[in-house]
Amino acid sequence: MTMTSETQTTVRVPQTPFAEFWSYFIQNRGALIGLCFIVFIVFLAVFADFVAPHHPHEQFRDFILVPPAWAEGGNAQFWLGTDGVGRDILSRLIHGARLSLLIGLVIVSVSLVLGICLGLVAGFFGGFVDVAIMRFADILLSMPALLLAIAIVAILGPSIVNSGLALSLVYLPHYVRLTRASVLTEINKDYVISSRVAGAGALRLMFIVILPNCLAPLIVQATLGFSNAILDMAALGFLGLGAQPPLPEWGSMLATAREFIQSAWWVVTFPGLIILMTVLAFNLMGDGLRDALDPKLKQ
Amino acid sequence: MSEQPMTQQSSETTAAKPPIMSGVGLKQHYPVKQGFMKPPGLVKALDGVNFTVEAGKTLAVVGESGCGKSTLARLLTMIELPTDGELNFEGKNLLTLDRETRKELRQRIQIIFQNPYGSLNPRKKVGSILEEPLVINGKLTKAERKERALNLLQKVGLKPEHYDRYPHMFSGGQRQRIAIARGLMMNPKVVVADEPVSALDVSVQAQVLNLMMDLQQELDLAYVFISHDLSVVEHIADKVMVMYLGKVVEYGATEDIFTHPQHPYTRALLSSTPRIDPEHRIDKIRLTGELPSPLNPPSGCAFHGRCEFANERCKVETPVLKDQSGESSVACFGIDENRLPYINR
Repeated sequence: MTMTSETQTTVRVPQTPFAEFWSYFIQNRGALIGLCFIVFIVFLAVFADFVAPHHPHEQFRDFILVPPAWAEGGNAQFWLGTDGVGRDILSRLIHGARLSLLIGLVIVSVSLVLGICLGLVAGFFGGFVDVAIMRFADILLSMPALLLAIAIVAILGPSIVNSGLALSLVYLPHYVRLTRASVLTEINKDYVISSRVAGAGALRLMFIVILPNCLAPLIVQATLGFSNAILDMAALGFLGLGAQPPLPEWGSMLATAREFIQSAWWVVTFPGLIILMTVLAFNLMGDGLRDALDPKLKQ
Repeated sequence: MSEQPMTQQSSETTAAKPPIMSGVGLKQHYPVKQGFMKPPGLVKALDGVNFTVEAGKTLAVVGESGCGKSTLARLLTMIELPTDGELNFEGKNLLTLDRETRKELRQRIQIIFQNPYGSLNPRKKVGSILEEPLVINGKLTKAERKERALNLLQKVGLKPEHYDRYPHMFSGGQRQRIAIARGLMMNPKVVVADEPVSALDVSVQAQVLNLMMDLQQELDLAYVFISHDLSVVEHIADKVMVMYLGKVVEYGATEDIFTHPQHPYTRALLSSTPRIDPEHRIDKIRLTGELPSPLNPPSGCAFHGRCEFANERCKVETPVLKDQSGESSVACFGIDENRLPYINR
């Protein structure tokens, strides 16, 4: 509305790239639902201390393995029931969101930043540097991701920081390859050459001129990588190599609840469900981002 | 070192206007791998090109695809450095200067690219595209930079409100205007235009050409205008240089070249342009064959395989560019031996 009233003529002010992107993005209903769910989870994670009904570590010894509130024998005090040592599952899930999202964010940021730098250097300078970096990436890619992560954690010792580091390293080659490929397509375009003629140095060319034009696939990969990171972190947690008890992490919650699969379904189901939903939300949003950012898919 | 050329220059100004930019024996050879166990080949994209550009004048470089026009443009703007030769700008050889001076002088030579859709960074606003050269080189404040950018936008016929828009919001002609404005931001003396209008509509071509000519007069710019469109060249150029397979075959004033082409190749090239005036029309000359591969150029005159006047000498010896009458020169044995039927002297 403000746009048209400003110009008041028949000429419409062209959309900014972000407005254009947004109009494509909201056409994709799945992506929008994914985004809403992610915003919801982020809200829970940020305000976990106020939202969660109990402290995640607090053990209610009188209420061990209480079923969810609506089930038979449920207690209104514990909506999603309690686990084997009497901790409120809902509170642990909410606090776990904090940990899981933080881990996802850190892993993705570390591998994204490192991957962009390495990929830019490889694509920009070429030659020996390129070969060295890309062969290193190939070596990392040639090993199964989780196996490599387990090996690294086994060397560094099981902790949440070490498993984060390991996963960052595992995801690194994807970003390196993606960045390098984009750089190679951009570097010979005329606008890069004209910046060169204007006297731009290597750093300026890499980060200010070329990088913004390579970002679209990286954003998509990072979003999808987020869900992978959460999933693999949960797997490491499940194997006892990630978050150590009593930290409320979704993967390790699943792992400790293994023994109750037959007797108390809610202890396993809810952490599993929330992992599923979060990963699904990120994947939906990633797909939507890809569609909105890829000019070839636009009409 | 720095004083000598200056005095030389000033003594020359009294006689004739010195060229602002010149090249002597410019060569650009690219080694090409031809496969395992084979010796690498050498592509002679440019093979000994001499040229001069006078301040405020336009030198057009014409020739068919693959003759080295664009390589020449890349050398002039120092996107690539030549294998051999001299590149003089305001009396100094750019190739032997130290880095600082070279960087300083390089700002005075700018380039306009063929495709305005690829030459503007799609993620930057017009304002920051225009100001980029100033940010890199200049010591101007933000406000001064913006003032200059707005000033040039107006000069190339765009409006101040275009300052905050992205390149994809403009048409091809407008984009080329932006590219021209960017080229002018550093107050260049020489602008290398690599087929600046061939990607545009014919109606827009004229606008952009007229803009370039207006700017030339106003700012005393020298253009090196690379094109394969001869009607455009005739319109804008003062001097024309015809290239064939990395060599200059004919050089002269635009009028001479267009009314009395001497080299058989120039004639063939001109005959391919439609002309309204029947007096200057040349019967269509059909060249047989393709431009030979620069990887394996023919012996002697590179054109002999496609030239109807070629004789045995042309196949063996290589003609050099010879001064004919004052300003124009041509590299052809046929003219030396006076055996070309269309030249009546």
